[in-house]
Amino acid sequence: MELKDFKNRNIAPGYIFFEGEKVPENGWQMFKRTVKRSIKGELFVGLWIVFREMIRFDIHTVQYPAEKLEMGPRYRAVHRLLRLFESGSERCIGCGLCEKICISNCIRMDTHVDERSRKVVSEYSINFGRCIFCGYCAEVCPELAIVHGSDYENASEQRAHFGLKEDMLTPLDTFKAKQQQEFPGFGALSDNADEFVKKTPLAY
Amino acid sequence: MNETAVVIETIIKAVIVLSVTAGMGAFATWIERKVLAFMQRRLGPMHVGPYGVLQLAADGIKLFTKEDIIPQNVIKPIFILAPVIAATTAFTAMAAVPYFPEFTLFGYTITPIVSDINVALLYVMGVSSVGVYGPLLAGMSSANKWSLLGAARAVVQMLSFEVVSGLSVLAPIMMIGSLSLIDINDYQSGGVTNWLIWKQPLAFLLFAMAGFMETNRSPFDTIEFEAEVVSGYATEYSGMRWGLFFVGEYANMITISVLVSIVFMGGYNPIWFIPGALVMLFKVSFWVFLFLWVRAAWPHIRPDQLMWVCWKVLMPLAVINVVITGLALV
Repeated sequence: MELKDFKNRNIAPGYIFFEGEKVPENGWQMFKRTVKRSIKGELFVGLWIVFREMIRFDIHTVQYPAEKLEMGPRYRAVHRLLRLFESGSERCIGCGLCEKICISNCIRMDTHVDERSRKVVSEYSINFGRCIFCGYCAEVCPELAIVHGSDYENASEQRAHFGLKEDMLTPLDTFKAKQQQEFPGFGALSDNADEFVKKTPLAY
Repeated sequence: MNETAVVIETIIKAVIVLSVTAGMGAFATWIERKVLAFMQRRLGPMHVGPYGVLQLAADGIKLFTKEDIIPQNVIKPIFILAPVIAATTAFTAMAAVPYFPEFTLFGYTITPIVSDINVALLYVMGVSSVGVYGPLLAGMSSANKWSLLGAARAVVQMLSFEVVSGLSVLAPIMMIGSLSLIDINDYQSGGVTNWLIWKQPLAFLLFAMAGFMETNRSPFDTIEFEAEVVSGYATEYSGMRWGLFFVGEYANMITISVLVSIVFMGGYNPIWFIPGALVMLFKVSFWVFLFLWVRAAWPHIRPDQLMWVCWKVLMPLAVINVVITGLALV
């Protein structure tokens, strides 16, 4: 195997190589090339193509503040903290896995045990100045509590906005209006996740 | 008494031509943005007024109220004068151009031309070539390397295309025997088959190309091509001074469109049942559209390519065309 073949190894058979036009060597060939290019009418092909696009009127403009692009489910924008659908209480159990896995070290949480001996997350914050939106926190979360939202408009007066617990947690009125959406993206359960659930054997 | 009437009539005509073409030039900027946008699958200006029509009002307000910056090392009088030259010559050239057939208003026959001089074509081309002093002086007085490059390119370009436009239009003039645009128009009366474009296709092609060069439109806009010389001669200009260059460019575009329509495409002669004025409007609109269309479709050429094509291809062709026309006439 020569070096040339080795370099071309990922090209499918039937690939046509174009060496480029021959460079004219003398005046006569240059003259012929000029005449050929002048008569060929390639310029009119260009004219026709832009005119065709104008007639088709297939406009790709998104008039941004009035209309917005639909973000894909896997889009990783500013995080959200979800609530349990049944009770409305916070899903986060304060296990600290997200804090641990975060590679830019921007998640901080504060937990304590309340009077009913339950662990409560009192503070949860993400420093979005450092967050690289890798999605590890959403992937590692065992309760699907911390997820990525699709809000990409992050202009704010304060750097800390969007990153505090009250900013990320689904507000109760939104929750009561049943507008909390399950996160379909990174780290979420697949559609057929229920099929894989097995009852815990009583023998344990 | 009669002379006073002529003077008043001329002044009124001049004011009308000036205001209408300036307005059309401003409107053409909106048309240009829209056409270019549609050809690039965009919407163009949409926010000011219905479909962005009032964008030109917004632009006007912006240009008029913008701070007028005169940089430190420029030669001030020339820097101030240059845009005025560019705009003035563009509008002055329109003095000898007839726009519509003559018509009667309140029992008074009006010829829609400011001044029917017998060397109209020569006058128009002469005044438009004086227009190159705008970019030239602007570039040389700006104390900016990009501007200087733009000025140099302006001279190079003018030296190249003036020969072609002069020689190419010579052949039709030889056939008609008059430089008056009204005579040229009347020569082509009687239907599409009498248009000079059929008798002088090569001259038409060369003149159209020279027209693109004269108006600095792409593919020949070497003197203000952003990718190479930032904004060329206009780099240091801002506000209404830059606006004057802009208006001059669009006025030039309209003049060239009218000129090509009259000299080669039958002018304002009526076609079948369509009146001459409508025909003329349609032709001029088509040519303005063609300027925008070409800008959307074709790449720029380098200044050396421009000189090459002018001196080595177009000029010999123009000379051959003149010789053949002469032989045919003899």
